[in-house]
Amino acid sequence: MAKRIIPCLDVKDGRVVKGIKFVDLKEAGDPVELARYYDQSGADELVFLDITASFEGRETMLEVVRRTAREVFIPFIVGGGIASIDQIRNILKAGADKISLNTPAVENPAIVKEAAQVFGSQCIVVAIDACWNEKMQDWEVYTHGGRNAVGLSAVDWAVRVESLGAGEILLTSMDADGGQDGFDIPLTRAISEKVNIPVIASGGAGTMEHFSEVLKEGKADAALAASVFHYRQLLVKDVKKYLSEQGLEVRES
Amino acid sequence: MIAIVDYGMGNVTSVKNGFAYVGFDSVLTDDLDVLRRSRAIVLPGVGAFGSAIQELARKGLVDFLRERERQGTIILGICLGLQLMFERSEEDPGIDGLKFFSGDVVRFPPNMKVPQIGWNRVNFRDEPLFRGIPQGTHFYFANSYFASGSRNEHLMAWGNYGVDFAAAVRKGNVFGLQFHPEKSGEMGLKLLLNFGRMVQDADHTGN
Repeated sequence: MAKRIIPCLDVKDGRVVKGIKFVDLKEAGDPVELARYYDQSGADELVFLDITASFEGRETMLEVVRRTAREVFIPFIVGGGIASIDQIRNILKAGADKISLNTPAVENPAIVKEAAQVFGSQCIVVAIDACWNEKMQDWEVYTHGGRNAVGLSAVDWAVRVESLGAGEILLTSMDADGGQDGFDIPLTRAISEKVNIPVIASGGAGTMEHFSEVLKEGKADAALAASVFHYRQLLVKDVKKYLSEQGLEVRES
Repeated sequence: MIAIVDYGMGNVTSVKNGFAYVGFDSVLTDDLDVLRRSRAIVLPGVGAFGSAIQELARKGLVDFLRERERQGTIILGICLGLQLMFERSEEDPGIDGLKFFSGDVVRFPPNMKVPQIGWNRVNFRDEPLFRGIPQGTHFYFANSYFASGSRNEHLMAWGNYGVDFAAAVRKGNVFGLQFHPEKSGEMGLKLLLNFGRMVQDADHTGN
C-alpha cells in the first residue's frame, strides 16, 4: 500500500484562501484549477476544507465539488461545517469521495455511527484537532477550529471513533500546525498504534524529511500539508521521489 | 450507450464523469427499459453487501442482471459491484449475491488496517481492459472485504493486502474491478477508455 501525500485547500465562499498568489494558474483562486494542478503534480488525494459560514457559501461549495468531480480523478475529502446526514448525502452525491466530521462528531458521536451505516466507513473521516495538555499528561481534543478544549484524550477519542465506524482519522497537531518544524511524531505514533484504520497526519510539514519521519516513525498512512505546497516550498512530486528513495512505497505518476 | 445502475449506493456520479472525460456518454438509471436497451451495464456501489442486494432486488434488478448475464450483455461491477457478483459475503451472511462468479467475499485479516484505503499495486493478465497500463500500477481501493476463491481462469488482476486478493475478475462479458478506476488518476481513466472502446467494438460487430 502506497503512502499518500495530500494537499489541503482552504475554501471560503468558493475561493481558495491561502497561497494563491504564488501559483501561476489561469484563475488563481479557483479551487478546481488548483485541484487539477495538484492532480497533475502527483497528489494522491485532496482535502477541501470549507471555512465558509453562510448557507449561500455552502451551496457554492457543492458547486465546487461538482466541478471538481468532473475534472479531477483522484479521491477527495470535503470537510468543514458538516453536521447532518443530509449534508453528507448532498456532498457525496455532488461527487466527493469522503467527508470529514470534526466538532459535530464530538458533540454528537451518534452521527459518526449513523453516517458509517448509511454511506459506509470508507467515506467517513473523523478529523481530530489535538494539543498537548501538560496537566492531563495527554493530548487533548479541541473543537470549533481549535478554540474549545473538551477535556477528552485524543488517543481515547480516536479509539472511540474507530468503534463508531469511522474509516479514517485526519489528525492535526495544534502544537505543530503552522510551525513548519515537522509533524508531531509522538502524537501521530500514539494514535496510529492504537487504531486499526488509516491515519492522515497533519500540521507542521516544512521539509521532505518531515514527511518521511511522520510516515516512518509516526506510522502514519498519509501526510497532509497546505502551505509548503501552496507556496511551492516543496513540490508534491519531489516529496514523493524523496520518499521513494527513503524506501517508502509511493504511487508513481 | 453505457448505463450505470443508479440504486442509491455511493458515488455513482464520478463513474459517469470518468466515462465522459474519456469521451463516452453514459446514463445513470434504474429504469429496466433503459438498461435493457444499453450495450453495457455498469454496476457501481459502495456500502454494505446486504443492503445493496436488497435495494437491487426491490428494483427488480437482481433478476434483471442475471437475465442480462445469461444474454451475454457486457456488465462491469466496480468495488462493491464486483463483490455483489459473487455467491455471498461474510459482511451479510445468508444473503445471496448475483452468483456470476463462484467464491465468497471475505474480510481482510485482523492484522491489517481495515478498510483498505489508498493506492495499491495491481498486476494483471494480458487483458483488453489493462491495455497500455504498466504492470504494478497503483489503483485506488476503498474496501474492507475482498473476493476469495474465484476460479483461477476468472482472475484478471490481483493485489496484496496482508493476503493476495482479486483486484479484477472476468468471465466472458462480465467484468469486476475491486478498485475505483474513476478515482485512479490517469491509469484509471485509461482503463475506462479501454472499456468504452470494447463496448464500441461490440456495438459494431452487432453483439
